[in-house]
Amino acid sequence: MTEDTKSADIVTLDPWEALRRHTDASIALGRVGASLPTSQVLRFSYAHATARDAVHIPFDKEALRAGLSDLGLMNIPVSSQAESRQTYLSRPDLGRRLKPEDVDRLKALGSEPCDIAIVVADGLSSTAIAANAVPFIADLLPLFASEGLSVGPIAVVENGRVAIGDEIGVALQARLVLMLIGERPGLSSVDSLGAYLTYGPRPGLSDADRNCISNIRDAGLKLPLAAAKAFWLIREALKRRLTGVDLKEEQQAALPES
Amino acid sequence: MAYQITAGGELYRFADLKTLMAKATPPRSGDYLAGVAAASAAENIAAKMCLADVPLKTFLSEALIPYEEDEVTRLIIDGHDAQAFAPVSHMTVGSFREWLLSPAANAVTLAALAPGLTPEMVAATSKLMRNQDLILAARKCRIVTRFRNTIGLEGTMAVRLQPNHPSDDRMGIAASIVDGLLYGCGDAVIGINPASDSVPVLTGLVEMLAEIIARYEIPTQSCVLTHVTTSIAMAEKGVPVDLVFQSIAGTEKTNASFGISLATLREGYEAGLALKRGTVGDNVMYFETGQGSALSADAHHGVDQQTCEARAYAVARAFKPLLVNTVVGFIGPEYLYDGKQIIRAGLEDHFCGKLLGVPMGCDICYTNHAEADQDDMDTLLTLLGAAGVNFIMGIPGADDVMLGYQSTSFHDQLYVREVLGLKRAPEFRDWLNRMQVTDDTGHLLPQTAGQSLLRIAS
Repeated sequence: MTEDTKSADIVTLDPWEALRRHTDASIALGRVGASLPTSQVLRFSYAHATARDAVHIPFDKEALRAGLSDLGLMNIPVSSQAESRQTYLSRPDLGRRLKPEDVDRLKALGSEPCDIAIVVADGLSSTAIAANAVPFIADLLPLFASEGLSVGPIAVVENGRVAIGDEIGVALQARLVLMLIGERPGLSSVDSLGAYLTYGPRPGLSDADRNCISNIRDAGLKLPLAAAKAFWLIREALKRRLTGVDLKEEQQAALPES
Repeated sequence: MAYQITAGGELYRFADLKTLMAKATPPRSGDYLAGVAAASAAENIAAKMCLADVPLKTFLSEALIPYEEDEVTRLIIDGHDAQAFAPVSHMTVGSFREWLLSPAANAVTLAALAPGLTPEMVAATSKLMRNQDLILAARKCRIVTRFRNTIGLEGTMAVRLQPNHPSDDRMGIAASIVDGLLYGCGDAVIGINPASDSVPVLTGLVEMLAEIIARYEIPTQSCVLTHVTTSIAMAEKGVPVDLVFQSIAGTEKTNASFGISLATLREGYEAGLALKRGTVGDNVMYFETGQGSALSADAHHGVDQQTCEARAYAVARAFKPLLVNTVVGFIGPEYLYDGKQIIRAGLEDHFCGKLLGVPMGCDICYTNHAEADQDDMDTLLTLLGAAGVNFIMGIPGADDVMLGYQSTSFHDQLYVREVLGLKRAPEFRDWLNRMQVTDDTGHLLPQTAGQSLLRIAS
């Protein structure tokens, strides 16, 4: 008996494979009795392994800094108070605070007050940062320039959570912080970048004070469209002097797909 | 009041009841993060010993979160049924555990007792129980609810069909609904977590689900899981909302961080009832909960996360829900670190909810930054199946492409039915049989391109 006929005898196929074109969801997997076919068990395990790795792959700060320097952006590496990946995962409070000496280093830059401080943090996926952070910023820079908005030095944060941007924004005297952070990896999306906007950064703010653009990646919200959304929100935030629940995205679903 | 006990020649002191409760809790990362956990393994067990001797009555006079400060405490105390409590009012936490495991505790006595129990009593008791105790006692409870079918009957387990799509694409959602129905899922609810919070988009989804359920005469209910105020607004416009959804928690301040109060929930409940869309019953609410939400909102009052969670069930039961779902592993490793902690929490939540009279289901799940995998979910699924869980989630291939986490799949529910002999809600079982999805024994039939349900996604 050939492999094909053996499999066809045992596996009950689902005659709706054609519906897969509508969704990334794992539909029409087929079954053996109540259970998954072997190939599907292994496919799932591989996707989970990839997502797990994305959480633990070390953050290549130097590669990111080189990319930022190529864009002509001054940048500085800093760390949160979470000393290890394990501490980072179990102590969100430490991931929200800069090391005290890094606060001093940011202040010692003596940079001019700026409209926007961009912060890049590994978050839960350094893969997302490696894939998307520099190209996303490259899409944003000409938009900022068109409005004459100034961008401060870029802080590159290891083991950082979203709220760490508040402390950095204060140190850099920024009107608004744009935090770019690796999102929690899903099985079908290990490279999702999140962008959080906070007007008037200061310690003690909550998520209700921020706007978020999620799922920024090639196979999700494409980078140019995400940059256009972020730019619209930033311009409105600076004009209305706020971010958060009172700032709702009102622009029509933007750019043509190309 | 302070508590103390001598164990192994060592004197252990606990400043008050909430400290004693927190230190008696099986270890979990969220309680360490909050700084309320026991400092050593020995202190953890000494606290359990001390807690075992506390009279159940104490929980009626010593509030963990002050009555004046918290409307959930007021709900618990004001709603307590002293007559229902009378049969166990002389017991300590330790002797109540024994009573629960004895033949005296059965479906009838437990149903009568439920209004007499407070969340703090059942949370305290759960802290003294091993996993097998949590399973055995919960299995005795029978919490039956109805909307268009009957959920929670002995020997049954329902499934929420969760057809999420990252951009709420209607064909994408329809494709997952087809997959789920043809795997025999959807009796608990067909429930979408929308990506959008735009009312026109949400209205479109509610109407789409209502249309599918009506056209194929499916004895089930729909839900689009959006904020209760949005569901109220839709209901007032006559949008065909079946179940009114809300995430809830066990403290007033946490609920405020969700943008709700008990008054908001009351309004949602009344809006759901007013639509009169149920055919066999009027349980119109769907709640979700999860350990760690109070700490995450900085609103835990020094109370351990499992006790805060049990208090959420007191909120739930005030509104006669159809479904209450502890989304146990979604919150992440800061609160439940690994498979062991997630499994324990799932069993505790199910036990506490059932004792309080709440129709508990469980989203048996984990995120990719937790130390857990599908093996841990298999274990918890099997244990909760044995414990008589009312419903679980069904997600294509266990991978939610919208929320980015892993839960239980359409295949997983087939597995647990096979192993434990669990049936579907009776009305839904008969419908599947009529639609030639299953045979008389409830097993799936092979399908062909002629299956009419395939037209849902065409």
